[in-house]
Amino acid sequence: MLFGAVPIVWSAIMSFQNNQLTGNTSYVGLRNYRLMLHDPVVAQAVQHTFVYTALFVPGTMIVGLFLAVAMNRKIRFISLYRTAAYATMAISTISEAIVFIWLFDPSYGVVNYFLSLLGIPQQQFLNDPSQALYVIVIMTIWGWTGFSVVIYLAALQGVPQMLLDAAAVDGASKWTTFRRVTLPLLSPASFFLAIWLTINAMQLFDEVYLSTAGGPLNATTVLVYYLYEQAFQNFNFGYASAIAYLLFLIIIVVTAVQFRVGRRFTYYRS
Amino acid sequence: MTAPAQAIPGRRFRLPFSPWHLVLVPATLVLIFPFVWLIVTSVETPAEALHFPPILIPHELHFANYSNALAAAPFGRFFFNSAVVAVTTVLCNLVFCSLAGYAFARLRFLGRGALFAVIMATLMVPFQVTMIPQFIITKWLGVHVLAGVGIDHLGALILPNAATAFGIFFLRQFFRTLPVEYEESARVDGASRLKVLWHIVLPLSLPALATLAALTFLDSWNNFLWPLIVVTSNNQMTLPLGLATFQGAHSTEWTLLMAGNVMSLAPMLLIFFVAQRYFVRSVAATGLAGT
Repeated sequence: MLFGAVPIVWSAIMSFQNNQLTGNTSYVGLRNYRLMLHDPVVAQAVQHTFVYTALFVPGTMIVGLFLAVAMNRKIRFISLYRTAAYATMAISTISEAIVFIWLFDPSYGVVNYFLSLLGIPQQQFLNDPSQALYVIVIMTIWGWTGFSVVIYLAALQGVPQMLLDAAAVDGASKWTTFRRVTLPLLSPASFFLAIWLTINAMQLFDEVYLSTAGGPLNATTVLVYYLYEQAFQNFNFGYASAIAYLLFLIIIVVTAVQFRVGRRFTYYRS
Repeated sequence: MTAPAQAIPGRRFRLPFSPWHLVLVPATLVLIFPFVWLIVTSVETPAEALHFPPILIPHELHFANYSNALAAAPFGRFFFNSAVVAVTTVLCNLVFCSLAGYAFARLRFLGRGALFAVIMATLMVPFQVTMIPQFIITKWLGVHVLAGVGIDHLGALILPNAATAFGIFFLRQFFRTLPVEYEESARVDGASRLKVLWHIVLPLSLPALATLAALTFLDSWNNFLWPLIVVTSNNQMTLPLGLATFQGAHSTEWTLLMAGNVMSLAPMLLIFFVAQRYFVRSVAATGLAGT
């Protein structure tokens, strides 16, 4: 309770205070929220958070679904393939970020080398405001591959062979069977993944902190990163609390929309 | 897939292996390439690492990076801290979440519904909303109650996560699926509630407890933001924070960084390979519970 319920109320109160950690706090009503509405960095952070989420969530789901379908069969080396995918789950966000900073290093990175083999000129990646966020999308998709493969594989193993056989008997092609039978049966898993990944995407922090610190030129400042800056670098606890509640509100609204839309496309047996 | 010219009529050309290998081999190469590159760089000389085009196979194994990294930052200490925090957090969660979960599943007490609703509500609030008050509480506890749980102590990494709303909810749901008859007959025979929990409910709940343990362990091991806020001194850092700080100090010494990174992720990777089944089943369980 002390670390769960109390802080929720406390930070709500703080969001109405001018709390600078210097000792004197005063109630300022809605000033923090009004400041937030006019803060251009907040607007940028919201935009980046949405762009990141809109790329990361479908990206991770497609990669996970594709690999899970490929791995859902008994062929040689299959446990080797699966282990390679699962292993990404064991890597901390920090380890992941450090490896990817090195892979995408503008001067010595191996990715630039592979691109040069294809005749593509040297890229600045994390140093380029127009690319940095996309590099973070790629590294986090890699980091979440194991998770989405596990979820989709578990769901695929719940698809009854009988239904697939029945579709084949009726003359449906493999692709049609996948689209009309397998995919609907996977929809609860897709629904879960969409919600789970979205909540996590909106809370992106570790990779940004390590690889770009919000830069270059705020190009990767997402909400949680800005919140962290305000709270623990500028010690504006009141303002940071207001940003935290904005984040909470956004997560609630987005998840609620996902639930409404998702229910229509989710098929539950039973 | 087209048949080769003049193949036997009616028989299509077949690969000697499943065509899915053609998909899975490149996909796996992409997935493990970051690992491979990490290890390759960690045994190169700094000059080799800063060579463009990159040297894909180092001329000789340069293990000095590892001893240099160990000399530059106490990775053993980080590992020890991470292990202490993760193991203690797992044990605390198993104890407290079982107790609370059992109370919510079986006991009738005043305000049970309301209390459970509050816990469920905290489940939905992102950590970032509560982290500032948690920071202030931790600071206060360290000054006024017990230094060991205050700022810059390992206790501060354990206490806020010692019982999680998720754990309570997860175990409550599981306990409710158990047949209540065993418990009732034990109660009739005079066993106390705690005895019933310890001798009957928990042995029946081992899969759920293992799942909770695996998920809590992963969470604790990889946690970064909270240690970043409350820990400042080197010898209290966990692996992710220690590694991040190491990166900040040596951001262009790639061979050193990669050696440190290998040492940081090797323990978890080993645990993961040994207990892969448990981890996979646990993660799958959250998915199935959510659907």
